[in-house]
Amino acid sequence: MSMIRKMRISTLSLASVLLIAGATSALTAGSEADFKAAYAAAEAANKEAGALRNQWTVTAAALADAKKAADSGDFDRAVASSKEAEALARASIFQATSEKEAWKALEIH
Amino acid sequence: MRSAIHFASAALALAALAFTAVPSAAATDTPDPVADAKAFQKFFTQKFPKLKLEDFVNGPYSMNEDLHRQWEEKEQFPPYEFSLDMGKEMFAKPFRNGKSYADCFPNQGIGIRQNYPYFDEKEGRVVTLELALNRCREANGEPPFSYVKDEMAALTAYMAFTSRGKPFEIKIPNDPRALEAYQNGKRYFYTRRGQLNFSCATCHVQSPGERIRAEVLAPALGLLNAMPIYRSEWSGMGTISRRFTTCNSQIRGVPLDPQADEYRDLEYYLSYVSNGLPISGPGARP
Repeated sequence: MSMIRKMRISTLSLASVLLIAGATSALTAGSEADFKAAYAAAEAANKEAGALRNQWTVTAAALADAKKAADSGDFDRAVASSKEAEALARASIFQATSEKEAWKALEIH
Repeated sequence: MRSAIHFASAALALAALAFTAVPSAAATDTPDPVADAKAFQKFFTQKFPKLKLEDFVNGPYSMNEDLHRQWEEKEQFPPYEFSLDMGKEMFAKPFRNGKSYADCFPNQGIGIRQNYPYFDEKEGRVVTLELALNRCREANGEPPFSYVKDEMAALTAYMAFTSRGKPFEIKIPNDPRALEAYQNGKRYFYTRRGQLNFSCATCHVQSPGERIRAEVLAPALGLLNAMPIYRSEWSGMGTISRRFTTCNSQIRGVPLDPQADEYRDLEYYLSYVSNGLPISGPGARP
């Protein structure tokens, strides 16, 4: 392989890498706001579960994962984990609310 | 093949029965602790007709013959002995101000475990033995201990030991706040929580004697009589606070702070419905 051909391939590879990096950073910039909104919604729901004294460990784990992903710049994962945390928090709120009466069905009489 | 299907169907039907066997009726709004305790004890004695009432304090060891044999051997050299010795020594050692635990408790703290927790009418809240011990320390200028293990487990182990054989004698004074605390404890016991959607009753009322993974579940009746316990799973001692908080995290619920009102009320309820059963702590569990 000639030196010129090698250089062309290298230039093309570098250009591809730069293009991909550019595209990723454009995506990143676009989803950071999404992450912040999704994380805030999840935190608010989990706080509500806390007021009902019924937080779940898996919600805390999903929130921690979202934060970790955001810190590493992976906003797609950060948004997905935030949404999972919100869904879990909402389930725990539903559980606490329905159990206000439902517990009586288990009682020994 | 067909017999395998029949077997599976029968197993499923039995499982369904096991999970629906808990008597249910609409709960009345006015709590009746005396009737509750009677029904609670009747439920377990009917479920396990071969067991004597006092056997329930031995938890899973009463439910399974093999485990019972292992336990009898284990009791020759009990794994909680180191903690008991440590607790005895700690209990006798004066604080820096010259006073001791004995000064904080009725009867110098000997043979009183069966009366805890109690409802403090001045404070309007339930006071557990663990809480009373830390309050004693703080009142004498000493820092409080962790509620879950080590020193607290050692002290309660010693105090339980001095009460061995004495029946639980939890009182509910004529105070609406005491009745409310009892009712809150009962509600906590039966309320499903955590991602696994389990209540305390799911394991300890619906399924005692059944296995959950490698463990045999203990009945709720007499559950606290053996506390604190040495658990092989923990490789160490644990208090009632440790039992409650780890139960919560095992069902994927975020545990409350040890000695949160909910746990204090839960201990009040669970101890009350085991009134009459002897203190057997400290205990050992798989």
